[in-house]
Amino acid sequence: MATRTGRNPKDLAFERASAIFAFVVLALTVLLFAVLLRESLPALRKFGARFLVSGTWDPVADQYGALPFLYGTLASSFIAILIAVPFGVGAAIFITEFAPAWLKKPVAFLAELLAAIPSVIYGLWGIFVLVPVLRDFLMKPAAKYLGWIPLFQGPVYGPSVLAAGWLLSIMIVPFILSVSREVLATVPQRQKEAVLSLGGTRWEMIRIVIGQHCIPGIFGAMVLGLGRALGETMAVTMVIGNRPEVFLSMFQQGYSMAAVIANEFAEAGGLQLSSLILIGLLLFLVTFVVNLAAKWILKKMVARASRGIGW
Amino acid sequence: MGRRFTFLAAILAAVALSTAGAPPASADPLMINGAGATFPYPLYSKWFFEYSNANPGVRFNYQSIGSGGGIKQVTAGTVDFGATDAPMTEEEMRKLPGPILHIPTAIGAVVVVYNLDKVESGLKLTPDVLAGIFLGKITRWNDPKIAEWNKTVTLPNADIVVTHRSDGSGTTDIFTNYLAAVNTEWRAKVGRGKSVYWPVGLGGKGNEGVSGVVKQTPGAIGYVELAYARQNRMKVVSLRNRDGNFVSPTLEGTSSAAAGAAKTMPDDFRVSLVDAPGKDAWPISGLTWLLVYKEQKDAAKGKALVQFLKWALSDGQKMAAALDYAALPKPVVEKVDKALRQISSGGKSLY
Repeated sequence: MATRTGRNPKDLAFERASAIFAFVVLALTVLLFAVLLRESLPALRKFGARFLVSGTWDPVADQYGALPFLYGTLASSFIAILIAVPFGVGAAIFITEFAPAWLKKPVAFLAELLAAIPSVIYGLWGIFVLVPVLRDFLMKPAAKYLGWIPLFQGPVYGPSVLAAGWLLSIMIVPFILSVSREVLATVPQRQKEAVLSLGGTRWEMIRIVIGQHCIPGIFGAMVLGLGRALGETMAVTMVIGNRPEVFLSMFQQGYSMAAVIANEFAEAGGLQLSSLILIGLLLFLVTFVVNLAAKWILKKMVARASRGIGW
Repeated sequence: MGRRFTFLAAILAAVALSTAGAPPASADPLMINGAGATFPYPLYSKWFFEYSNANPGVRFNYQSIGSGGGIKQVTAGTVDFGATDAPMTEEEMRKLPGPILHIPTAIGAVVVVYNLDKVESGLKLTPDVLAGIFLGKITRWNDPKIAEWNKTVTLPNADIVVTHRSDGSGTTDIFTNYLAAVNTEWRAKVGRGKSVYWPVGLGGKGNEGVSGVVKQTPGAIGYVELAYARQNRMKVVSLRNRDGNFVSPTLEGTSSAAAGAAKTMPDDFRVSLVDAPGKDAWPISGLTWLLVYKEQKDAAKGKALVQFLKWALSDGQKMAAALDYAALPKPVVEKVDKALRQISSGGKSLY
């Protein structure tokens, strides 16, 4: 390795320098985890595993539990993925396969521009535009006619887990769209032509090439979006209603992990501060686990795809 | 690409020109650093600006990071003064390296705002009805308990959407302090604090978050700072005060709450003004304080700070009303002025 004889000293210096950078990244992650763990120890000692399953968040009584926040984060992100994946992938297919050449660039550019908008702008837009529209045209009718399903139960106020999920979906569509587009572009033209020449329709061609080539990539795009959704703070806190409760209906108010940290950190002290940091640690772990699981699934998918098994 | 570059270059040139045109800074002004409450920030920045204009030798740097942050920083000694909307607790005071003064600078009022299409501003509520709404016991606008006090108003048969602050804040502290003072059930069930567990309702971040939700949600009720409600022309509740009168929130009413409390004001000024006596007193008011160490390490800085505080209590108070803050009433100003004499450096008073 580095001690091999005959190495160019400049090469060696470069190798060492880049190794240092890589190590710094690693050290930062470990350090982040260590500090979070140290600062959250008081809450960890006091509540233990109860912190994960307790639904109480009462700063006056100094009782804290993470369940409502964990639940709110996962639920709103899940809703976001549910909405964003069909939109993002659908738009990517349109842009690569159907759109006339003059439309391709502007649509792709505008969609990617969405990713550059600061999240506080999304939040304000959510309060003033998205929430009233969702409330009057989606949530109210749904609560009226489908209210017997717990998922759609009223009362409808506007700010809700559904609103947060919807807003998040708009924020992650650009990620899913642009990665999906890249993935679709890697499909060899010859394969597409082969399907068509065998008498396949356009739809069959898309279904087959996506099935053969693109599912792992699109899954990766989804994970990228999910990562953004899990950690999003400002926009979520502005529309989710900030109510630390476990809910059944999508129209109810919830709370997310990142939102409660942003809301209460500045004025918190003592056990409350420690509990907030513990929530931060949990968020760190949730993101970690989601990424790890995604990597594992992706590996399986790639292995399957390379063996030529369709979906 | 070429066009983008020229555009960038144009911006850079403009920036360079504008900084080149600025007058050179005067020789080493004394920089006084502070941090804390966000609520008085507009007033403080006006004061700092005006004071530095009149006294070019003194400059201020104030970070509005919240009362809790201000207390933390002044305790750690990283700033020359702190600012807070809630007086320091005994526990917080014990962590201080030396005795500190709470210097009241202005009075803030918290008002109850609502969004009812057909109801004008000035809906009348009693303390118990207000507590009942925020406890989730009164859930409809046409509840007889509300209608009883508003005979001339047609109240809608609609849900009350309770809105509160989701971030820890002095505003919440004053509001919950008030509810705890006037309602035993609130005191037992919820209590007071910068953030509490709310029995009902949804949370908005900051004054803008709460007023945003109230404005966008028919049937909503919430609480914001007086200045915020006035600048956004929101409908405000008339509350029944301690003397039994229904009062609308005004700057005069807020000042008179402090005047009512002036007689009994303790020497350290760590006092709550909620539910204060007085015919016109607005009941949800609170002082906001600057936190200054009695013993100043740096005599020059300490001197400048005391001079500024003297100015803030006299000329500064006149600027309060224009920014929707209530000025300190005269008896309180006199009392605070005396307290400033206690600030010293190396045994010498800096007054």
